[in-house]
Amino acid sequence: MTAPVAHDAPPDGARKAAAVPTAFRMTAGRISLDGREILRGIDLAIEEGEVVAVLGANGSGKSTLIRALLGLIPLSGGSTELYGSAPARFRQWWRIGYVPQRLSVGGGVPATVREVVASGRIARQSRFRPTSAADRHAVSRALAEVGLGDRAGDPVQTLSGGQQQRVLIARALAGEPDAFVMDEPTAGVDAASQRHLAGTLSGLVRAGRTVLLVAHELGPLEPLITRAVVLKEGCVVHDGLPPHAVGAHALPGHDHVHPHAPEAPQAATGGGMSGWSDAAIGSRRTENLDL
Amino acid sequence: MIELFALDFMRYALAAAVLVGLTAPAVGTFIVQRRLALLGDGIGHVALTGVALGFLTGTAPVLTAVVVAALGAVAIELVRARGRTSGDVALALLFYGGLAGGVMLIYLTPGGSTASLNTYLFGAITSVTGADLWVIALLAVLVLGVLAVFGRELFVLCQDEEVARAAGLPTRFLGLLIAVVAAVTVVVAMRAVGLLLVSALMVVPVATGQQLARSFRATMALAMLFGVLATVGGLTSSFYLDVPSGAAIVLLALAGFAVALTVGRFVRRSRPRESTI
Ligand SMILES: Nc1ncnc2c1ncn2[C@@H]1O[C@H](COP(=O)(O)OP(=O)(O)OP(=O)(O)O)[C@@H](O)[C@H]1O
Ligand SMILES: [Mg+2]
Repeated sequence: MTAPVAHDAPPDGARKAAAVPTAFRMTAGRISLDGREILRGIDLAIEEGEVVAVLGANGSGKSTLIRALLGLIPLSGGSTELYGSAPARFRQWWRIGYVPQRLSVGGGVPATVREVVASGRIARQSRFRPTSAADRHAVSRALAEVGLGDRAGDPVQTLSGGQQQRVLIARALAGEPDAFVMDEPTAGVDAASQRHLAGTLSGLVRAGRTVLLVAHELGPLEPLITRAVVLKEGCVVHDGLPPHAVGAHALPGHDHVHPHAPEAPQAATGGGMSGWSDAAIGSRRTENLDL
Repeated sequence: MIELFALDFMRYALAAAVLVGLTAPAVGTFIVQRRLALLGDGIGHVALTGVALGFLTGTAPVLTAVVVAALGAVAIELVRARGRTSGDVALALLFYGGLAGGVMLIYLTPGGSTASLNTYLFGAITSVTGADLWVIALLAVLVLGVLAVFGRELFVLCQDEEVARAAGLPTRFLGLLIAVVAAVTVVVAMRAVGLLLVSALMVVPVATGQQLARSFRATMALAMLFGVLATVGGLTSSFYLDVPSGAAIVLLALAGFAVALTVGRFVRRSRPRESTI
């Protein structure tokens, strides 16, 4: 529940998060599906600019957790917040880029790679306005970023599993969100493309984006990860440095158990309308992809 | 061809055929993408109760059909959204209820017999009057207008409802919208192909387009083209060969699908780069 903004000093403890931009927060979260308790006692806060990996065995509840954080699954107890609002009250959905675990191919009606990627712009488009040049530009950029520019006109149904995964990533990139929520973005993706994805993400992270991803193998993403949350049978059993943590990569200002504000408030980037950082574009130029 | 248009009722029929041929496949493309290919059948059955209600109360059957079909579509969507497990059965109950309700209401109508339902069950496009045509045109414009305005959002919804929600789209509203639009389409198409065959016109041209197109947009455009070819062709053959229009339209659409299936296979084979799934 978000109280209406008060301008006087808030009562102690009531709004301790006010100064710290928290992208995702779950408090005492519990989730039951079909009468079975899938997640319990989840307390999690992901600050802006963090790169968090959710790890755990199959069926440990990783996908359920991130879907619940987005408000896609109702909680049976506790609460979640997106940028300080309950999901039902949240209005800035363009700030979120969701990459589901797999591509859903609607009923066999063909859709081209470009059509699917372009749908990532939907949260930024208004109903009565036709697709703009900025929309098209962002889509082309996202396609190039995942190395699928030459397949733009092909039906997604005809792509391989790893290529479909990259279509999903491109769809999220096209929306130019502030926070990426990715469910196994690298599953089935070849090593070269994984390295490229890592390059793309590191550019985005440098520009202040938040990343929350599920993975079994971190692979080339590992150096980016600032924090790992490990799930086991629906409980958080580890929250801190990634398992093979390399201290050098941990950002200052993060403690091991419950990171609070990063020192520099990166939220001042003005809502992420500006697109990707130069760093991201640079990394695209320098990385050569053979696909 | 000239004598076809010399007759007033044929001009009305032709206009209705074009409108129905455009709208049914356009809505059908979204319905098929949403994996609800049989939604049109369900709504068709429910609409029958609406038609019978019109007879019973002395109201225009098209109006009562629109209202009842829309209510039925809303009910179907609510059942569907609630959960998948018992959804099928719940829908089936609604379908049977619609059909039985229609027959029962007709029986209760003074002087009514199930024979009066025949035009609605199997379609009689040549019986479209000038007033009917206005209603059909109005509804068709409404349907196409909604698709034009909400098409982008409906595409996301029908592709992956969860992604649509994570993009902040009003998925519950959009789900009801596409269901109601489908209901209106069923009523628009009812006069041309009949309630029992309405769904064919929403699904078969889409299946045909699917064989040849690579994009969603092109599938829809082709489906609308094949829809119009089928309705106009069916109307023409029913005039010259004196066969029932609804059946002629659907058989033509199916023939088109068979041809596209063969052509599509040939086209795909000559595209070496694609891997098949
Ligand atoms: N819709 C559902 N209804 C009932 N149970 C579900 C549903 N979705 C998931 N579950 C159960 O919740 C548990 C956690 O599932 P979840 O998909 O979150 O696992 P995961 O950690 O993402 O696994 P994976 O590594 O295979 O992706 C599983 O035991 C699964 O059976
Ligand atoms: Mg999962």
